[in-house]
Amino acid sequence: MRDLPWPARVYLVAVIAAAAALVVRGVIVSGAPVATDDLDILLVLALLFLVCESMPTLLNVEQFAVSVSFSASLAAVVLLGPEGAAVVGLTAVLSVRPGLPLIKRLFNGAQFAICGFVAGQVYRALHGRVGVPEVNAFDDLIGPYAAATAVFVPLNIALTLTMVKLATRVRPTEVPMRGMAQFLLSYLGYGTFGLLVAGLWATVASISAVLVLLPLFVARWAFGQYHAQQRSYDATIAALCQAVETKDYYTRGHCTRVSYASSMIAQEIGMGLERVRAIRYAGMLHDVGKLGVPTKVLQKDGPLTEEEFAAIQLHPMRGLEIVRGIGFLDEAYAGIMHHHEKHDGTGYPMGLAGDEIPEFAKVIAVADAFDSMTSDRSYRGARPVPEAVEELRKSAGTHFDPVMVAAFIRALEHEPWQPQRRADPPPPEAAGTQIKDHDDPTMPIQVVTGQ
Amino acid sequence: MIATERVRRTPERSLNTVLRRLDSGQLLLICAAGLVALAGVAHTAAVGLDRPEIAVGFGALIAVGELARLTMPGNREVAPIGAAAALGYTLLLDLSQNPLRHSALQVVAVIAVGMLAGALPHLAVGRPPRLDAMARRLLTSALLAFAFRPLADALYELTKPPTRTWWPALVVMVTLIAITLLIDVLIAALLRAEQVRTAFRVAVRDEVNMAFPLGAAVGSSGVLLALATHSMDLVALLVFAAPLLVTQVAFRKYAGIRATYLQTVRALSRVTEVGGYVEPGHSRRVSRLAVAIGRELGMSEPELLELEYAALMHDIGQLSLRDPIPGGATVLTEPEQARRIAELGAEVIRQTGVLDRVAEVVSRQCDPISDDPPLSSRIIKVANAYDDLVGPSTDRDRGGAALERIRLSSGSAYDAHAVEALARVIDRGRV
Repeated sequence: MRDLPWPARVYLVAVIAAAAALVVRGVIVSGAPVATDDLDILLVLALLFLVCESMPTLLNVEQFAVSVSFSASLAAVVLLGPEGAAVVGLTAVLSVRPGLPLIKRLFNGAQFAICGFVAGQVYRALHGRVGVPEVNAFDDLIGPYAAATAVFVPLNIALTLTMVKLATRVRPTEVPMRGMAQFLLSYLGYGTFGLLVAGLWATVASISAVLVLLPLFVARWAFGQYHAQQRSYDATIAALCQAVETKDYYTRGHCTRVSYASSMIAQEIGMGLERVRAIRYAGMLHDVGKLGVPTKVLQKDGPLTEEEFAAIQLHPMRGLEIVRGIGFLDEAYAGIMHHHEKHDGTGYPMGLAGDEIPEFAKVIAVADAFDSMTSDRSYRGARPVPEAVEELRKSAGTHFDPVMVAAFIRALEHEPWQPQRRADPPPPEAAGTQIKDHDDPTMPIQVVTGQ
Repeated sequence: MIATERVRRTPERSLNTVLRRLDSGQLLLICAAGLVALAGVAHTAAVGLDRPEIAVGFGALIAVGELARLTMPGNREVAPIGAAAALGYTLLLDLSQNPLRHSALQVVAVIAVGMLAGALPHLAVGRPPRLDAMARRLLTSALLAFAFRPLADALYELTKPPTRTWWPALVVMVTLIAITLLIDVLIAALLRAEQVRTAFRVAVRDEVNMAFPLGAAVGSSGVLLALATHSMDLVALLVFAAPLLVTQVAFRKYAGIRATYLQTVRALSRVTEVGGYVEPGHSRRVSRLAVAIGRELGMSEPELLELEYAALMHDIGQLSLRDPIPGGATVLTEPEQARRIAELGAEVIRQTGVLDRVAEVVSRQCDPISDDPPLSSRIIKVANAYDDLVGPSTDRDRGGAALERIRLSSGSAYDAHAVEALARVIDRGRV
């Protein structure tokens, strides 16, 4: 509490006071917020709410931890009325979610109570009948229930976001519109669970809650497995790419940094979430084919013969050969294969120019060259970022696509380049190796033509 | 050295090849399902549909579910939404307090037609269904229908005054679903044991682990649907699908990442080949052989997956060598060197932070039997030695000679059980 800024504190106290006032008013007006006959319903719903609240589920949108607890609140709106819904919401205070301090639980309880109460009032105002619905009255339930959901969800989001905004004093992270729409839609979808619980209460009472929740908990479990696998997958792909780089001290970490820079550019030019994900992997994997180039060619001192240069030119194809078995990459294939094409058509392996070059490849080309310039090389130290940016700008239109260069420069402005560097010094055998870097645009590879 | 381009297999498989890939158990299952479906449709055509609008509604949902089928890890085809809708139609007692008396044969007909309708769009774009999986889905639904439908009337009477209780209906539903699920698992295990040549006991355990979460979700949704129609009319069909839809999305994502994971490790295991550290195709062949040996020794599916990862990456440590070992044959390099490569590889895998057991297996792949390495390490050692000696050759004499050579060190360098399992796998001639 003490480290909260004062507007947040005022807001917190106001929300809690409002919730308390609602509950106290309920007690004063009707003696008790819930009739004694309905106490068992209250108990089951509160338990349901608490179970859901204690186990938030990461559902389809990554930024939000959604708990389906609010469907219990909404069921309470139908079965118990506004006061009952407020009491069910209050139980969020008792949530045993790990890592949630008392102050947050207090706030959550208060805001859920307010939301439940307001939704209950809306439900009642639209002539929704409070109490266990008759078996044949289901159709009359739908309209008021939908209205109550439509009020509950935005109110809940508004109350919470205000708190986040006041407490962290940063502008709310820009949630992409599409993500927000998807989020709202799924939220409204979860609202139907409350309707199911309430609608089935007359038939099988509390068993309806179990029947509704079982698929949800299975889904939660599967999502958990999915996220664990996803994390594990990312770690594995990074480790394997780093393994490819271990041989050469100076390029260690290159793949991770190119992956990161590529995703910066991709986000800046407005690629969708899925494509940004794909380009992250493409950036990670772009140089795996380099292993196909014999070490003696990579480390040769002096100009290369045409044959040796051809071996270097082949590495994007080799990379493609390796990753082709990975089904989902699709667009990333083109990015890996063409990341050494140049805007003016003098690159390799195909000599594509301008718009012939796939978008992924243009992005990776900029990220690749930038990381190469800003990293230590055996023949020079790392260049400072402004110098590398200047180099990119100079080559825009000849080597690189100007759109991508501009996007990268914009991205660098609001997110400065601070890659993780390894602290360990170069091993003794690294000195003098890797005389050239095929990614470095300022050090073109010398090729001896003719014999 | 340029590795041969792998030609992508086209998705279209002719009916002939589909049929040839089936073994006798699957064929029997498909025939049985076909007969039951035929009987159901013929009977229904003869006596007419009872309450056609309900049949059509559920049939449509089954078709949608079939359309949204997904493939779970281990190449298991499931259609949770379709299965739940089929369950719901089977368990239906009444619609808005009007009792329903459709026969079991009608249930079978609706399910069969719905499944067929849902499979057609897939077929149109060249994705034939797994016939055995479809047959299993139909048969287990039919089984439940024949068990439950005769009781439906009596159970519904109990829910009306004077008794007004839903408990008997609920208990019967849940019990019958549990029994059907069990039978389904046993059939699946039987087929799998035959298909991948694993022990029946192991297959049952694998199938139970795989089927339990999804089965619980489908079962409860089916019951929910049957109960919901009591008060909700056919709207229930739409509302009930919501929880299951979430489950379906979750499982689809999970299955997707699992498949991608395996593909990626398989693909990246080839970096050692492209770098010239090992013979082309070595990692894949060793992993296939290792998995076959592991199955022969009764390893469960999660263990086999770890074994496959470890086998695919067993040579990854060579990437840290400055220059490839000539020929890449680790069986011929001196033990010190081989052990160092194993440790380097394990170090790479440990970097992931999640594959610790795989790293352990890779790090101990060269240990002599006296050091008691894990079973997976022993298997990889045997498979690796065999492939180093034989390579891509399918010559039986060469294979026999290699096996003899490995047998000589069986018990000291190589695990005796693993060597015998290798012999059986090679004898079958099919990895």
